[in-house]
Amino acid sequence: MSTLNRLLKVPESEITPEELYLSRRTFMRAAAAVAVGTVATAALGQGAGDAVDELLGLGDTDETPTDYEAITTYNNFYEFGYDKADPSRLSGDFVTEPWSIAVEGLAENTGTFSLEEIVGQFEVERRVYRLRCVEAWSMVIPWNGFMLRDLVTLLVPKPEARFVRFEAVYRPEQMPGQRRNLLPFPYVEGLRLDEAMNPLAFMATGIYDKPLKNANGAPIRLVVPWKYGFKSIKSVVKIGFTAEQPQNTWNVVAPHEYGFYANVNPNVDHPRWSQRTERRIGEFRRRDTLMFNGYGELVEDLYAGMDLVRDF
Amino acid sequence: MPAGAAAQRAGGRERAKRWRRVSHLALWGLSLAPAVVTLVHTFTDRLGVNPIETLTNRTGWWAILHLVLTLAVTPVRRLTGWHWLVRYRRQLGLGAFVYASLHLGVYAFLDLGLDLSHLVEDVLERPFMTIGFAAWLILLVLAVTSTNGWIRRLGRRWTTLHRLVYVAAGLVSLHFVWGKKTLQAEPLVFAGVFALLLGARALFSWRRRRAQKGQGAGRREAAPLA
Repeated sequence: MSTLNRLLKVPESEITPEELYLSRRTFMRAAAAVAVGTVATAALGQGAGDAVDELLGLGDTDETPTDYEAITTYNNFYEFGYDKADPSRLSGDFVTEPWSIAVEGLAENTGTFSLEEIVGQFEVERRVYRLRCVEAWSMVIPWNGFMLRDLVTLLVPKPEARFVRFEAVYRPEQMPGQRRNLLPFPYVEGLRLDEAMNPLAFMATGIYDKPLKNANGAPIRLVVPWKYGFKSIKSVVKIGFTAEQPQNTWNVVAPHEYGFYANVNPNVDHPRWSQRTERRIGEFRRRDTLMFNGYGELVEDLYAGMDLVRDF
Repeated sequence: MPAGAAAQRAGGRERAKRWRRVSHLALWGLSLAPAVVTLVHTFTDRLGVNPIETLTNRTGWWAILHLVLTLAVTPVRRLTGWHWLVRYRRQLGLGAFVYASLHLGVYAFLDLGLDLSHLVEDVLERPFMTIGFAAWLILLVLAVTSTNGWIRRLGRRWTTLHRLVYVAAGLVSLHFVWGKKTLQAEPLVFAGVFALLLGARALFSWRRRRAQKGQGAGRREAAPLA
């Protein structure tokens, strides 16, 4: 019996046989929706249980996925270097087995869990999402992984938890960009708890049905498709639940250029370049950037009444 | 004998002229080689995942390198006594202008697809773009007035006008440093080199002025300063 199950106080005899897994999962999600209703927005809490089954494959785009080669060799991952080719060229020393994630802060189930324990709790699904980098390029990526909300539900945030804080791995001996202090490492990102509970927020362990490559944030990373790429933190080793808004790395480095929310927004420019259009990797002409990267219908309620120019 | 010497001198002049022409052509070849290589890469699909970004970065880098070389001519001449270097300065400066134009051209034509309103917005509203564009404008004016005709026509004002190259170097440095998401070493190195070259020029002109003053006023007055 895994540590996680022990923490959840599930007796061995009650561990679900595989064939019953799906129905149990649906039940758990419905339960989760009710449990989280207190902290999440009303819209999310209400009817989220019924909607769960419809949400499978949610947000999937039918746009042509970007070439695997491009996805795995054109990356911003300053832990390895500034250049887009650095992560694929210089990540050979990075060891991702064994891997564990420390859960801390305002949650019932804190502790350190192996990657296998965590991933083993979920059925891996495929999500084809657009990824829009703050630098005005974009890709379409077929991810494999599971919903962040399922993980959060399993960890049971306390009522006073309002944010989820993610921390990436810090291993200067394996990561040349960390040795050169290219950013204040370890890299930190965060989401509001209701954002984390949005069914689009995803924990990815693979791309194109292959395990994540080091350059893409192996072995496990966050994917938040309606936000600029830098929010989707790679190689996660720590997940914390906090009452205060976490300080995300790019916001610390350049507060007037990168916000906490970092929602894709064609109407709020980066001070140095326009965010109105983007170049889809593999295409010649720029295309228009969509509000919330085209996921507005699924996420705009999270920001009702907020000034997205101020909270960029 | 005298007739032979004259012929020899004429032959020497001819040879020197020919050498100069060949050397200028060779330098153009060297200057434009990166552009040719890049063109080959463009048509053989070897510019990587984001070709337009690669083109933008490469042309910008070569523009800055040419600007550094142009501004290095005078200090290097002073230090080494290789006065012949000055013959190649104009050409290096034109090289900087060529690459800066390619850089702007790639951005305006390929990246923005000639979306003029986007370009105008960039130049007017984003200081990062404004200074890059201003630097290109300066290089444009300097390139146009780089001909012998303009040098004659402008006389002493030509020298003053062409000091704008240091303003361009400053703008370009800032543009390069600012073009990265964080403070990065490479643009800072270029900025430092520009600062050194400008410092060297300032030092030379200060020394020259001091020397002229020394000659005019005599040694007695210069002595207490020493």
